[in-house]
Parts: sequence; structure tokens; C-alpha cells
Amino acid sequence: MTALPDGQADKSMTELLLAVGRSQDIDAFETLFRYYAPRIKAYMSRGGGSASAEELMQETMVAVWKKAALYDASKGAASTWIFSIARNLRIDAYRRERRPEFDPNDPAFVPDEAPAADVAMAAFQDAGRVQRALLSLPADQATVLKMSYFEDQSQSAIAAALDLPLGTVKSRMRLAFDKLRTLIGGEPS
Amino acid sequence: MSVIHHLNDDLLVSYAAGALSEGWSIAVATHLALCPDCRRRAAVADAVGGAMLDDLDAAPSEDRSWQAVRARLTSGSEPEKSHPVASPQTLPQPLRDYVGGDLNGVRWQALGKGASQLRIKTADRATQVRLLRIPAGKPVPEHTHGGRELTLVLTGSFRDGDTIFARGDIEDADASLTHQPIATPEADCICLAVTDAPLRFSSWIVRLVQPILGI
Repeated sequence: MTALPDGQADKSMTELLLAVGRSQDIDAFETLFRYYAPRIKAYMSRGGGSASAEELMQETMVAVWKKAALYDASKGAASTWIFSIARNLRIDAYRRERRPEFDPNDPAFVPDEAPAADVAMAAFQDAGRVQRALLSLPADQATVLKMSYFEDQSQSAIAAALDLPLGTVKSRMRLAFDKLRTLIGGEPS
Repeated sequence: MSVIHHLNDDLLVSYAAGALSEGWSIAVATHLALCPDCRRRAAVADAVGGAMLDDLDAAPSEDRSWQAVRARLTSGSEPEKSHPVASPQTLPQPLRDYVGGDLNGVRWQALGKGASQLRIKTADRATQVRLLRIPAGKPVPEHTHGGRELTLVLTGSFRDGDTIFARGDIEDADASLTHQPIATPEADCICLAVTDAPLRFSSWIVRLVQPILGI
């Protein structure tokens, strides 16, 4: 079973991740592991790199354990946070490039204007809602998104693989994301 | 003053997906440091990644894997890294790391007509990343590019046609756009510019005429 009813399953994943962060709860971590480990392994095996998907999955889950205290539920669902750790390890392993990221503690960082409470209510934290929105995308848009997220393909690589002009790939990504934002309600549209 | 010119969605989605190469990602991440609006959209793009991870068909986990990971867990969480940084800083992270410090330490290389640049090294060979310093009121020099170009303003501002770009604003130009950015008269303008790496021709004659033909 993959679809989450109204984000309930993910809500419990978020609770479990918070428990690991709070008190290094090993039972909570095992439940997270049983759910995410096979998914992360499937994600890693799609990148096409030479590193072992099993090894990258284990690195990801060890990082989840170590960093759990830094997880902030107001910034997103557990699956979003775990995805970002897996993604960064995959970039490291497959592309040997750095992934530049902003630092919220940097003096030059421009902070959010909205109070944290509003952010905490953001609808994109509801993983079930995001999943349902994904299912409603037209096939050609969903294909382009999946090739980006799962196969680590640049826009030009996707254009070459699908035999499409680069501009078409960009516009499908924009249309897909526009529709997702409207459905998810991450911002007024 | 808040940012007016934002990141296009295709860049945000590619960056969140982990499919954007390092050169373009520097411009995206630096813009995100300056733009709460785009950070909200980036959070949605990350959530799409989370939902896709949830959606992957997965075999049941193997006990062997769990035992292996369990053996690697240590107690005591990783301390949050904090490096106290003197404020204020003009260049936001992650750009400061790439430049090796803030603007006052930059060793500019002259480009002619008062403009100068600093080339930024990355592991990404498909892009060219640099800081440009354009004197007040002067145009951006040697302005031909074959593909996409992202220009992010860090200090001062520039005008392109009727549009003004100031700190945090990003201009996303493709090859079909003929444009001529000019620094506004009040102050020098410093930008981060990321372009597709220029084509390298083996013949010195072609290299010689390349700037003239604009290829």
C-alpha cells in the first residue's frame, strides 16, 4: 500500500521522526527504517550510478538517525526531510559535485516575513495531499517530473531522451509545478 | 526592499529534484538565501520529492539491512555546526564559500572598460560561473552567450531595456533574447553570472573571429 489516507500515515512518520530527535527512540527509528529503507533503496537504484544502492540507503538512514534532532516539523513532512537527505547523498555519490545550499543562520540571509505559525499550517506538509496532486498530472508532465526526481536527469538529458525541444521540457516542468502548487495550496493562485 | 524578479519554476523543480548541475545551483541557492517567496515555492518542490519517495514501490525491508544499520548507530546526536560569522556580510552563503570570503577580499581580474570579473571554480564543467563588477552607468562587456544565462544582482542595480534589477533579483535570459544590461548610474553593480560553458573551437582562427561573429 502506498497511498496515504489524508496524510495520516505520514503524520505518524513525522511523530516517529520527532521521537528519534527528542530521545533517540530506537523503536521509533526501526519503524521509520522498515518504511523508508526499501523506498530509499529503490530511489538510489534509479540514479544509474555505480555506488551500491544498499550502501547509500544505509548511509541515508544513519544520517537520519544522527540529524533527527535538527528536524523541524514546521518546515515539512518527515518524507520531505528524509528525501532531501537521500537526494544530497545521491548527488555526492553519483555526480561528485557539491550541492550549494543557503544557510538560515548566515547574517546575509533574508528571513521569512510570515510568522512561524502560518508556516506550520502550510498545506504542503500534508503528504497525502501532495500524492493525490501528483496522480492528477497529465502523463507527459508526470514523466518529465519523474525523470528529474528519480533519474537525476538534467533538462537537456530529458529533452534528448524524449526527443523533445529543451523549451518543451522546461514548459512541461513549469506547467506541472504550477498545477501542483494550485492543488496543494502552497500559495494562493 | 524585496525581490521582484524570481526564479523560474523549472529551475526550482530541477534544483529540488537534485537534477540541476552545480553551476546553476549556486545561482538558485544564492537567490533562495535572499528571497523568502522562492523559498516557499522550493519547499513545495521538496514536498513533491517526499511524496514521490512515499510513492515508490518497495519490497519489504530486509532484516540483514536493519541489523547492519543498527550496528552503525551511535548514541549522542551530531552537534549542530555553528561557525560564528562577523556581520554584516554582502555575499550570502553559499556564495561566500565559493568566493572564499566576502566582497572585500575579491581579487578582481580586469575585463576592459573598467569592468572586472572573478571566475568561480566548480566541479561542473557544463557551466561558467563568475562574479562581474560593472562600473556605474556602463554596459556589461563582451556580452554574447549561446545558451541560458542567469544574472543575480548582489550590489547596485542594472537596467535591461525598461526593467531594473536590484539586489536579489535574477534575470533569466536564453540565447534568443538580445539584451544589453547597463549598470544604473548611482553605483557599481556586482552580479553573479552563470552561463552555459562557451563552446571551445580548436582552430585559433575561429577563436579569433568568434567574438566578432558572436558565436
